[in-house]
This record gives sequence, C-alpha cells and structure tokens, in this order.
Amino acid sequence: MKARLVLFGIGALGFAAVWFAGARKLDPMGSYHGAYGEILNAVSVPERHSTNVVSAVNFDYRGLDTLGEEFILYISVVAVAAILRKQKDEEEEDEDEAPTQLREAPDSDAVRLFGVGLVPVTVIFGLYMISHGSVSPGGGFQGGVVLATVPLVVYLCAGAKTYLRIAPPALAKGGEGLGAAGYALIGCLGVLAGKKFLENVVPLGTPGEAWSAGTITLLNLTVGVAVGTGFVELISSFVEELLRKAEK
Amino acid sequence: MIAPLQWLLFLLLAVTGPAVVLTREPVAQAVTVSFYGIVLALVFFLHQAPDVALSQIVVGAVALPLMILLAVAKVKRKEASRK
Amino acid sequence: MLGHLPYALAAWLILWGLYGIVTSRNLIHLVICLAVLQTSTYLILLAIGYKAGAVAPIYADMPAGTVAVDPVVQALMLTDIVVEATVVALLLAIAVQAHERGGSLDPARLCALKG
Repeated sequence: MKARLVLFGIGALGFAAVWFAGARKLDPMGSYHGAYGEILNAVSVPERHSTNVVSAVNFDYRGLDTLGEEFILYISVVAVAAILRKQKDEEEEDEDEAPTQLREAPDSDAVRLFGVGLVPVTVIFGLYMISHGSVSPGGGFQGGVVLATVPLVVYLCAGAKTYLRIAPPALAKGGEGLGAAGYALIGCLGVLAGKKFLENVVPLGTPGEAWSAGTITLLNLTVGVAVGTGFVELISSFVEELLRKAEK
Repeated sequence: MIAPLQWLLFLLLAVTGPAVVLTREPVAQAVTVSFYGIVLALVFFLHQAPDVALSQIVVGAVALPLMILLAVAKVKRKEASRK
Repeated sequence: MLGHLPYALAAWLILWGLYGIVTSRNLIHLVICLAVLQTSTYLILLAIGYKAGAVAPIYADMPAGTVAVDPVVQALMLTDIVVEATVVALLLAIAVQAHERGGSLDPARLCALKG
C-alpha cells in the first residue's frame, strides 16, 4: 500500500507540472471568443427554427455524435442485462435460497398518497421536457430520465406487482431498441429525400412553438423513448431477481 | 453579483469532491455523491448552462445514487444467502 | 474574476479521483471515484465555453443577436453526462458479477478469478 502511494505521489506531481504548464496558456474563464459557437448562436433560429441552440447542436449540427451516444447507451444496457443475467449453473443454488418476498405496497397511507400525487406530475413534466426540447431547456435525455423515475416511484409506493404492470420487461426492452432504431431511421429519411443523412425533411414550423424545428423535435422524441426505457431496463436489471419471482 | 457565488460554489466543489472519495462506505457514498451532483448542477446553472444542469440533476442526484444502492443491495443479498 | 482557477480545480478533482481509485478497497467505491474523476471534464468544458456577462444559448424570449455562451461545449457536456451514467451502470454490473464469481469486492483479493 505504501509503495503504491509513493508511486501515485510521483505520478501526481508529474501530472500537476504538465497540467500547470498546459493550463497557463489557456484563456482565463469568461473570455471565450471562439467563432464556431457564435456562428451557431446566430444561425440556429433562422435556419433550424430551434430557439434552444444546445438542442440544435445535439440533434442537427452534430447529430451524428448523438447517434453514436444513443448506441453507447443501447450497448451498455444490453451489456448490463447480459452480465447480471443468471447463468445456467447458478440456477440450482438459487433453489436453496430462502424464498424472497416481493415488495408489497407500504402500509403508510402518507407514502401511497404521496406516490399518487407525484406520478401524474412527473409524467407531465417529463413529456413537457421531451416535447419542448427545441424551445426551452430540456430535451430527450433529461425528459427521458425524468420519465424513467415514474416506474421507480410506483415500485416504492405501490409494490412490485404494480411496477410489473406498468413497466413490463418486454416493453422496456422493445422501447429501447425502437428508440435507437427510430433515431437512425429519421436520419435515413434525409437520405431517401435525396439530401444528407440526418438533414431536415419535415416542415420547420414557427420558432418557439412545441412542434417546430422539424427533425429536432422528432429526434428528441426517439431519444426520450430510448433513454427512458433504457434507464428502466437498467434499474430492472438490478432488481431482476425480485421481479422474476413476481412474474411466476 | 455573480462572482461571490462562483467562488462559493467552486469552493464547495473542491471540498465535496474529495469528501466523496474519502467516504469509504458505498451506501454513505450514495448520499455524498448525490450532494456533489447537486453542487455541480448549481455550478452549471450559474454559468448559463440550464440544459446541462437539468441532466446533471436527474443523472447525478437520482440515477447514480440509485444504481449504487441497487448494486450494494444485490451484493448484500448474495452475501446473506451464502451464509 | 476566477481566471485560471477552474482549470486548477479540474486538476484537483482528477487527482482526488485517481487517489481514490489507487487506494480503493471496494469495487463499488472505485467506480464512484471514477465518476468523480470524470466530472473534472465538465468543469474544463464549462470554463472554456463561458463568457462573462453572456446569457444561456436559449433564444425563446431573447432578441436575435444577444450574446450567449458557447452552445457546442454544452452539447458535449450533455453527451458526457449521459455516457457517464451508462458507464457507471456497466461498471457496477461488472463489480457485482466480480463479487459473485470472486466472492469479494476487494480488488486485492480478486487475484484468482474463476472463469
């Protein structure tokens, strides 16, 4: 342990020296004057009718990066499900285990009432964030994760049976694949129309309205589906054993 | 107006980051990392990045601690069934 | 004004995250230290794109031409955060599986991994 710390100390000193030499030449914070960002800020509204420039960058100007990110999410969800899956040789020892009791709805009325009140608010907030991604802060990622917390609240406030009813594993798996494929398909629409991959092909609408900005809003929807179901799937993978017993 | 807040939040980051690392128990770490995530979201919000702040709140303060707790629960269950 | 302080803070967080990874005795703790290490990249991106006195790049209720901060680094940070969450999920799943196979979460006691 001691040798390890000495080694780390030497490395840290070297790192700090190189970092200091490099960061000295950077512009101090607050003095940004890059051209790319300023051009995008100027053209985003007239060209893409998207008042949220960050969304326009994510889903149009750098749309291909987001496609890659979508696949990172997809692959890691698949990987988590594959790693946490029970192997065949483990099934037998599973039998000896004490029967797991399912999570029941909690006794406390206050917790259940809180859940009932929280679910509709969260659903509407998540849908609002996804659909207004091209207008105000928010978008498919943020709204998707907000929506993914809904089954979780249900799991905590109404027990595992209700959780399975509103977020069955098949639906979560299907939604994840559908969202990732939908992004690529919307990108292909541009190619089919004789334009470039991920280029806009639908009407742009009025800037500042929910259904404006053409493909940006559509892509936000697919990302919302993919991220929301992806996170539900991740959470389900960790509580899978409890859920599998509930299905029987 | 904004400068004192910047100093305060950067100082908080400089303190809570090491605090997360020095919390050795994963369950306690789920709490510290979620506090750290909220401080980070405030930093983003103060520096005109509301989009990033939103996703940092949902990921750093909700998804991350949740996954940590679920992983710990899974490990504990395995250890209990082994005994 | 903050000057170069954010870059120093990013280096500070990288070193603390690395220290946590080097001295960790628990794989779950190690994964969270990696997450802390990764947050330093957000700080660098934020510091590069920030412009004193500028507003957020959201033109919903601002006239065109208002000076705003750089939207490109913010898009990069957004991607970074989502990728961080999925990477942490994947690493936690691997840690759980390592515990299942090796019987311990301590990386020092995992040397004999059964296939």
